Amino acid sequence: MNPDSTVQRVGIVCPYSWDVPGGVRSHVADLAATLIERGYLVSVLAPTDEPEFLPDFVADGGAPIAVPYNGSIARLSFGIKATRRVRQWIREGNFDVVHIHEPVAPSLSLLACWAGQGPMVATWHSSSDRSRILSAGYYIAQTAMEKIRGRIAVSEQARKTLVEHLGGDAVLIPNGVRVSDFRDQETVSVAGSQSILFLGRIDEPRKGLDVLIGAAPAIIREFPDLKFLIAGPGDSDSFRERIPEELQNNFEFLGSVSDEDKRRVLAHCEVYIAPHTGGESFGIVLAEAMAAGTPVLASNLPAFDRVLQGGSSGMLFTNGDCDDLALKCNDLLANPEMRKELVARASERVLDFDWSTVVDDVVAVYEAVHMPGEKVTEDFRGQVVGRFAGRVVKEEAL
Amino acid sequence: MTTGLLTVLLVVICLLLFFVLFMSMTAGRLDRLHRRIDVAELALDAQLLRRSGIALELAACGLLDPATSVVLSESAHAARRSSDLSVAERDRVESDLTAALNAALGPDDYAEVLSEQGGPELLAELSAAIKRVELSRRFLNDAVRACTQLRRQRSVRWFHLAGRTPWPVFREMSDHVDLGPR
Repeated sequence: MNPDSTVQRVGIVCPYSWDVPGGVRSHVADLAATLIERGYLVSVLAPTDEPEFLPDFVADGGAPIAVPYNGSIARLSFGIKATRRVRQWIREGNFDVVHIHEPVAPSLSLLACWAGQGPMVATWHSSSDRSRILSAGYYIAQTAMEKIRGRIAVSEQARKTLVEHLGGDAVLIPNGVRVSDFRDQETVSVAGSQSILFLGRIDEPRKGLDVLIGAAPAIIREFPDLKFLIAGPGDSDSFRERIPEELQNNFEFLGSVSDEDKRRVLAHCEVYIAPHTGGESFGIVLAEAMAAGTPVLASNLPAFDRVLQGGSSGMLFTNGDCDDLALKCNDLLANPEMRKELVARASERVLDFDWSTVVDDVVAVYEAVHMPGEKVTEDFRGQVVGRFAGRVVKEEAL
Repeated sequence: MTTGLLTVLLVVICLLLFFVLFMSMTAGRLDRLHRRIDVAELALDAQLLRRSGIALELAACGLLDPATSVVLSESAHAARRSSDLSVAERDRVESDLTAALNAALGPDDYAEVLSEQGGPELLAELSAAIKRVELSRRFLNDAVRACTQLRRQRSVRWFHLAGRTPWPVFREMSDHVDLGPR
């Protein structure tokens, strides 16, 4: 930590459940870990069903509720109870800076924008469409958002969404990966000579599992022993139904994997495939595969194209095109030299996303919005519900 | 008849209440935005001061040739003396310093300073200061934009919710310095 830095205590808000692996959650966990390594005092507020398993630096944000949001099922925390928790956390945390992730997500994040005032910064992760942002409740969201002093976007797409919908500007700070965590993993033993990996929710269409299944027959024709490892939350039986009969033995469903297992599986497999069809603003998992030394084959979404530098540090196929995916995948599997070259360039490229680089920029933002001696405090102004929730807490304390 | 009158009265009272609540919320928003601008202005001025300080140090440390040192220290001094000037004047002076830094630290000069003793530390400090100036100015202009947007609303103009607070101004200056190899 910079000795003359005025920022010491940092509060971070994660809108999505801490128990479910995901892009935003990993981002928050890695940011917090890196900040702690630098000597900052960090508290993360996140929804959770299992408060007893939380690490020390995570505060219990209450049990999340599963609701459809942003095209998939998200586990969010809201309501009067959640508001009270957020207020209590702000009051007791005595933070120099509060860093809110995905502030428009109708969860702890939006509540924190609403209940806090002072040096607050926010990071936008997703690129979402206009209609939803402008839907009901937007006025309130906008009002809460005005308090954010520094805006960060993790990708050019997220920045564009933010600028088009809310106006103003944001600083681009790309997602980070803790590269050292992924290097030199012992590999898991999974039966089969070669394997390729898919990561992500199997029941979410935008993760593109169907594109991979569509390409599978043409890949198996060339490599009959190949294993498709499918790792991600979802129901095993309904998954089996989607696989053609003759390919059942080639698919192995691993279910939801822990971060550690994910690293091992990544290090084990020959190729990591990201067939996402949309909605990805960065694709942290691409950078993770690159850090693990696994060749990447991804759909040519703009975000993926940028991370893979137009195909030089990973291969791209036409989004949604099963034939193109099969063609490129066979190419990669048949050509170890090509894989080696891709991995070499990828391990260079991934250093741009290492958290030790990224966190400098984040800290610069903290310092830019923080005046010496300033704290994040509760905001009661102009908010009837907020006043009410604040009073209930006070009465409970008596 | 009386019930009708009472209903009308009640509706009017309710509308009035809503109106007052809305106005109080808008005034609260406005107040917050003005405060945000104040803080952002202070932050930007602090970062600009830091930047010109390091520029002076760089000019005085003897790592650059004398002619470059003179150019750099001239503009850095001008920037540090600018606190009495108008905002537009100050922005011009700071832009001049940016230009001087760009001129003084071309790729060759940068490599030269980097190889000298004490050079890497000074350059790291300078690049951190430059980055923070860019950030602060962006955040300030963001706050100014949000504030002017609200102040243009009819409800704010008609009821003079902003009081006598001066109209916020964007800070326009060039603050981008290309450091290092291009």
